[in-house]
Amino acid sequence: MERIPCPHCGPRPLAEFSYGGEVVPRPDPEPADDATWGAYLYVRSNPKGPQSERWVHIHGCRRWFTLTRDTATHRILDTPLRKEEA
Amino acid sequence: MTRLSGGVIDRSRTLSFTFDGQAYQGHPGDTLASALLANGVRLMGRSFKYHRPRGVLSAGSEEPNALVELRTGARREPNTRATVVELFDGLEAKSQNRWPSLSFDALAVNDLFAPFFAAGFYYKTFMWPKAFWEKVYEPAIRRAAGLGSLSMLPDPDAYDKGFLHCDLLVIGGGAAGLSAALTAARSGARVILADEDFRLGGRLLAESGPFTDQSVDAWIAGLEAEFASLPNLRVMRRTTVWGAYDHGIFAALERVADHLSTPGEGVRQTLWRITAKRAVLAAGATERHIPFANNDRPGIMLSGALRAYANRWAVRPAERVAIFTNNDDGHRTALDLRAKGVEVAAVVDSRAEAKVLGDYPLLAGALVTGSRGRLGLKAIRVAQHGRDQWIPCGALGVSGGWNPNVHLASHHRGRPVWDEAQQTFLPGEEGPPGLIPAGAAVGEGSTHAALMSGARAAVKALDALGIKASPPNLPEAEDRPLGLKPLWHVPGKARAWVDFQNDVTVKDIALAHQENMRPVEHLKRWTTLGMATDQGKTANVTALAVMAELTGKTIPETGTTIFRPPYTPVSLSALGGGNTGTHFRPRRLTPTHVWAEGRGAVFVEVGQWMRAQYFPRPGEKTWRETVDREVLATRAGVGICDVTTLGKIDVQGKDAGAFLNRIYCNAMASLKVGMVRYGLMLREDGQAWDDGTCARLAEDQYVVTTTTAQAGPIYRHMEFCRQGLWPELDVQLISTTDAWAQLSVAGPQARVLLERIVDGFDLSNAAFPFMACGELTIAGGLRARLFRISFSGELAYEIAVPARYGAALMGRLVSLGADLGATPYGTEALGVLRIEKGHAAGNELNGQTTAQMLGMGRMVSVKKDSIGAVQSRREGMAADSRRLVGLVPVAATDPVVAGSHLFTEGAVHNTGTDQGWITSACYSPHVGSAIGLGFLTEGEARQGEVVIAANPLEGQAIRLRVVSPHFVDPEGGRLRV
Repeated sequence: MERIPCPHCGPRPLAEFSYGGEVVPRPDPEPADDATWGAYLYVRSNPKGPQSERWVHIHGCRRWFTLTRDTATHRILDTPLRKEEA
Repeated sequence: MTRLSGGVIDRSRTLSFTFDGQAYQGHPGDTLASALLANGVRLMGRSFKYHRPRGVLSAGSEEPNALVELRTGARREPNTRATVVELFDGLEAKSQNRWPSLSFDALAVNDLFAPFFAAGFYYKTFMWPKAFWEKVYEPAIRRAAGLGSLSMLPDPDAYDKGFLHCDLLVIGGGAAGLSAALTAARSGARVILADEDFRLGGRLLAESGPFTDQSVDAWIAGLEAEFASLPNLRVMRRTTVWGAYDHGIFAALERVADHLSTPGEGVRQTLWRITAKRAVLAAGATERHIPFANNDRPGIMLSGALRAYANRWAVRPAERVAIFTNNDDGHRTALDLRAKGVEVAAVVDSRAEAKVLGDYPLLAGALVTGSRGRLGLKAIRVAQHGRDQWIPCGALGVSGGWNPNVHLASHHRGRPVWDEAQQTFLPGEEGPPGLIPAGAAVGEGSTHAALMSGARAAVKALDALGIKASPPNLPEAEDRPLGLKPLWHVPGKARAWVDFQNDVTVKDIALAHQENMRPVEHLKRWTTLGMATDQGKTANVTALAVMAELTGKTIPETGTTIFRPPYTPVSLSALGGGNTGTHFRPRRLTPTHVWAEGRGAVFVEVGQWMRAQYFPRPGEKTWRETVDREVLATRAGVGICDVTTLGKIDVQGKDAGAFLNRIYCNAMASLKVGMVRYGLMLREDGQAWDDGTCARLAEDQYVVTTTTAQAGPIYRHMEFCRQGLWPELDVQLISTTDAWAQLSVAGPQARVLLERIVDGFDLSNAAFPFMACGELTIAGGLRARLFRISFSGELAYEIAVPARYGAALMGRLVSLGADLGATPYGTEALGVLRIEKGHAAGNELNGQTTAQMLGMGRMVSVKKDSIGAVQSRREGMAADSRRLVGLVPVAATDPVVAGSHLFTEGAVHNTGTDQGWITSACYSPHVGSAIGLGFLTEGEARQGEVVIAANPLEGQAIRLRVVSPHFVDPEGGRLRV
């Protein structure tokens, strides 16, 4: 059980959130080649340590945001307050 | 009754209880264990493996031996520790793991065969023949070994869960915890003090005169009064904090009504999730015993427990008592017992230099090397200066030092560290952030040290939160050192128990060593040490020390042992928190649910929704009969179905069209206001994901629908795209699934019926053609939305009204359409109608199919980017030749079975020759036989061909003819009339 800091509502229990995975920017559709698309769709870094990841306050304000979480300790290191981070 | 003077029991009241059917009496303040001891009952259970007679070892939650079945009937609870069961009037307890009775247990024969049952016995013995394990060996072993049994009846009690927040959580209400809570509460911080006992005080209650300037009773009474006056402090008795989780979250179990015979109207237990900014771990320490030959007889217990029974519960454990110790704490027990008039036969102290501290015989430099007494201790054998003597006694208190209760500090894998000076493991540095251990839990075990340590921990914890606190005036208290000299076990040939609950002896550890199971984790699994319900609270450290001795290494070199939640057992009922039966998960009811119930509808679960499946009429004998009637009535007249469960998302903003263009693979921006378009959504990997309709109600407003199953995920996805991918677009979303009741009105009479309810709205084909949408009022002013869309292939509309009018609208339509044959239909008929029409649904959109396969390849626009468009054009995706086809049996009476795989006639059936599969099947009253939809290789070109539908599970191979997936009105003429 964790507490996730929603940039809009403040810290709330994990159960109110939905996980969106590691932040991987969507490629520009046209210039991107197969390798770029393949990496975007299927390759994740799966670090033991800090990871930049997406969350959505699905049972709250519905805000998507990114935060940096240490996957080994669950410590949340950084929560950008900017609204759109992709 | 053999009671001493004093004690924290209410002698003015007597409580009656039974143990194994025998009636006894106790007092409020007693535990089951103290009351049994006071009644002279020492034998309380049988051991797990050898069925050895066992009595109580401890006076607290660490108890390994005295496990009983509590209560009867559906409330029967096995493996309850008698040491923590608060006595109530009428309590019924039974011993467990014995047959036919506790004093004569036939399976005690296991003990005679003990040489065969050593560690690893099961692993080595019950190997052949392999099939015997499941059928013979395991059931037999499980019957012979084991603990209590379940009632097998549903739990009749209510359980709850709750959430609490605080600045400081104080775990434990002994000297350190009380001092910490007092310090923190006076600062004004929000404080929770939780203790597993029903009375605050912890070890203070078990000691005689730990304070030199006042009595414990008076101090605690004063604290209780002050605590009650502080609104910022919540005291939680009977509450075990059993787990430390991330971000300052702790799990706690409050036994709200376990001390009553039944909870009455209230809950029995509450599971609390406590979010604490800081926590003080004042969990105290657990005394360790010293294994010696036959050290498990009833009457042999921890020295501190013996003292607790005498001081707190006024229990005389026996006429003559002996002590075996390697430190001064054992002497304290002797002193306290002497002071209460109990005869102390001897204090056997392993330290040669031990000094006598009072009026009792001391045997210094001596060891207890054996014991006598089959069902209860009669005598101990003591070796001193090379001479043996037997000393008669009915109870022996053993003190091998104290192990700090580091459990919660290691719940994040923080490893305890060995303290050579104290010869104990202390909480490590890498415990849960914000958790500060204090008192005996960190080796500050004297009363003085614990009081000071608790106050210091509270000040430190609050300082980190910017709250100023200062230590209060605390009682003057004893501060004696233990003077411990390590003695981990008494060497000898006979069995000496280390883990009482799982029957692990020093010999078993030696065997593990011999078999090279030396790392602690191997040792545990090989011998099952520490893996019983007590999780080795009284065993693990001792076992580690024994292993260290065998390997010739130091204890820290040998390893350490960490703990997982829960600290003490938590019932599954409490973890469920009342979420059983219909509370297991929420049920969503459609607006017409009650109306449908009134019509005798049969319901089906669709995700969380309960939907009407079909509406049986009197005389209809099978569901098929009902469904066939509903389908035919719809195609002949008009049918009405509640389709509220489809996801509805309102999309508004200047860029709503541009946004939907990127969400759907087909174009949506070009849709005219007042019109609806079918939309297909792809996943980013190019597979088909979900479909629905987009209705453009205004230049800047669309209402889109999703399938019932994907309503949540699609909405989440659209929010992600809006916020994360294209924040520059001016668009807003809101789910309106629950706001609007939506009914499908389908059939050739649909228009006639709707004309009877709209407020003068022109429904003519010219004014409101196929795929039109609009806002209107009905029934004299009720606002509504009308969409001319069809899932059934008939002339059809979907009409939406505010949800609270859904049932009324349904009732009104059915009664107004009586002369038109208006028929409510359920999901079953809905499915038949759409299969007959060849519309894709969840079965076809299963995440493994593409737009091409669905026959919609050309819908994927190449003029714009949309989610999944690039990947849908990948070579492998584009080359897929499987297409949606219709299937009918060659022999009209043959079934069509969904899930069957399709093969060319005459081909062998394997994955290499597989040509596709059947996605949906039903009986079609329109066609007059079973029909199906499926994906078939080169499906477009194979109409008329006969293929084989193989269902190897049931040995079926059925000949089916490939036809158009549109069994009804393939040209779509009926939609446009």
